[in-house]
Amino acid sequence: MSKPLVVFDKVQKHFGNFVAVQELDFEIREGEFLAIMGPSGCGKTTTLRMLAGLEAPTHGEIRLNDRVMNDVAPHERDTPLVWQSLALFPFLTARENVEFGLKMRGVGKAERKERAIKWLDKMGILEFENRDISTLSGGQKQRVALARSLVMEPQILLLDEPLSALDAHLVIRMQAVLTDLQRELGITFVYVTHSQSEAFAMADRVIIMGKGEIAQIGSPKDIYRGPANQFVAEFVGRNNILSGKVASLTEDTARIATSSGDFTVPTNEVRLIEGHTASFVISADLVHISLSDPDDGNKAQCKLISEEFVGSMVTLFLEDAQGHEFKVQMQERELSKFDLKSGAEIWLSWDTASAHVLNET
Amino acid sequence: MNQSRSLNVILGIYVAMVFAFVFAPIIFSMIFSFNSQRFPTIPLGEFTTEWYAKILADPDVWEAALNSLIVSCSTAVIATFLGFCTAYSDFRYNFRFKGPYLALILLPPTIPLIIMALAMLAWFSKIGMSGQLYSIIIAHSVLTAPFAMAVIRLRLNQMDPDLESAGWNLGGSEWQTMRHVIIPFCKPAIFSALFLTAAVSFDEFAVSWFVSGLNKTLPVIILEIVQGNIDPQVNAIGTFVFLISMTLVVLAQVFFASRQMKSIKP
Repeated sequence: MSKPLVVFDKVQKHFGNFVAVQELDFEIREGEFLAIMGPSGCGKTTTLRMLAGLEAPTHGEIRLNDRVMNDVAPHERDTPLVWQSLALFPFLTARENVEFGLKMRGVGKAERKERAIKWLDKMGILEFENRDISTLSGGQKQRVALARSLVMEPQILLLDEPLSALDAHLVIRMQAVLTDLQRELGITFVYVTHSQSEAFAMADRVIIMGKGEIAQIGSPKDIYRGPANQFVAEFVGRNNILSGKVASLTEDTARIATSSGDFTVPTNEVRLIEGHTASFVISADLVHISLSDPDDGNKAQCKLISEEFVGSMVTLFLEDAQGHEFKVQMQERELSKFDLKSGAEIWLSWDTASAHVLNET
Repeated sequence: MNQSRSLNVILGIYVAMVFAFVFAPIIFSMIFSFNSQRFPTIPLGEFTTEWYAKILADPDVWEAALNSLIVSCSTAVIATFLGFCTAYSDFRYNFRFKGPYLALILLPPTIPLIIMALAMLAWFSKIGMSGQLYSIIIAHSVLTAPFAMAVIRLRLNQMDPDLESAGWNLGGSEWQTMRHVIIPFCKPAIFSALFLTAAVSFDEFAVSWFVSGLNKTLPVIILEIVQGNIDPQVNAIGTFVFLISMTLVVLAQVFFASRQMKSIKP
């Protein structure tokens, strides 16, 4: 495990009476691609701005390379940020934008030009070096913004929803550009986004934030398959969440009685108490469907409400007799075998191991 | 179609009449400045540049022109600097009583000039600063700084606040960022403010007349010429003053428009 580059130690941020960040305790490892994800207003951008020195923590300490950064002015940090608005200087050309940071650091004219050209070339936009920013397309501006930060050759690069203004097909391309760059340069990337697909596609680790707190830290797969609590399960989406009372316990499984029936779930490390409430999730893509009663195992009888196509994947929205909503995700060609109509009665089933118990919070 | 055409014609005539109303006196003044007759009567006499020659031969006029030049240039620089500072403090900071603060700053142009002029004279003579060229400069700076501030503030409002943070983030200190981000962004507005304040100062009569003492500016000398002798000299000098201030105002507009047209979204 690589050593921590950045440590957030009990960091809080208040704006007057409003608590933007409650208490953050986490590390950023050297060379990792870390995504901080959460709904708007969860404190993720504030967290990033604190790291860049644009906001001062109200309590706690931020350390970079073991140095306490709380009182270090933004311009004395080496934490370039790629802005959501891009914040390119409209009165400068593309190359002058890239040279800006070097100029501030007192790098000589010839070297500035050489380094700027190197990065513009690397980003594939050298031909636009003398163009005004306003004449560039969204994707080109994006690349200028990246080059402007990377030309500083920082240890860590901060990105604040940099792709949110781009068209969908450009987002996919820029994601590839970013991951390739990060692997190649070995720079630590801290990427703030509200988009699950961006975070999960690129990051080594993801921090999910909600209401100024960390809800879960883990690899995309850990979070996708094992959401820690209801907030994460709902935020990640495409999950079926069921709640009920613990009816019985064995060594590593529990029987949970919900309004939709009784289900067996693996307890994992979650401590469950008989008679207490418990919730668990099953990813929509781990649910099987059948037209007849599958006899034993975890099952629920539902009525098909609607379908949603995203390319080759289909999401079915269903409801059981108690009105609880279920989601099933499957390949379109799998589904076509069933020839389902809206209102059709279907049985859902899943392996016990597919279920995941949530921590009650 | 037909109706809209006749409407356009009517509107065209209306606009022409407005322009005529505004510019006719000035145009007549220009015409009479080249008229050989002493009194402005029609039919006109012969074409002459006599009045211009007379004006140019008058050392008082030259001195007044020099005074006006010094006053309007100094005023433009001081007022634009003050205007920039207040506009920036409004853009950058939030503080208690910001509303009253801004209202106070914008107040001077709303005070009747004659009141302002009397107050300035009373105040300057109290502190022993009246009758000097710099008295006019100070008074004009107070008078015109709000115009500079309004123009520069408009520009700053168009700026993405992230731009300044980006300057810091890329290693620029506060002053470096001011010099390399804020000022370049505001440059068209700063030029616009310079020309506008220069024009206002150049034309201003009441305050100049009260506080100038023996240091007369062009508008003050015009009044003296009118009082002393009725001949088209005043038309000649008026034409000069008009051309200079029009040039300044047009330059201010050019810079103002250039930044409005240019796309400012990054």
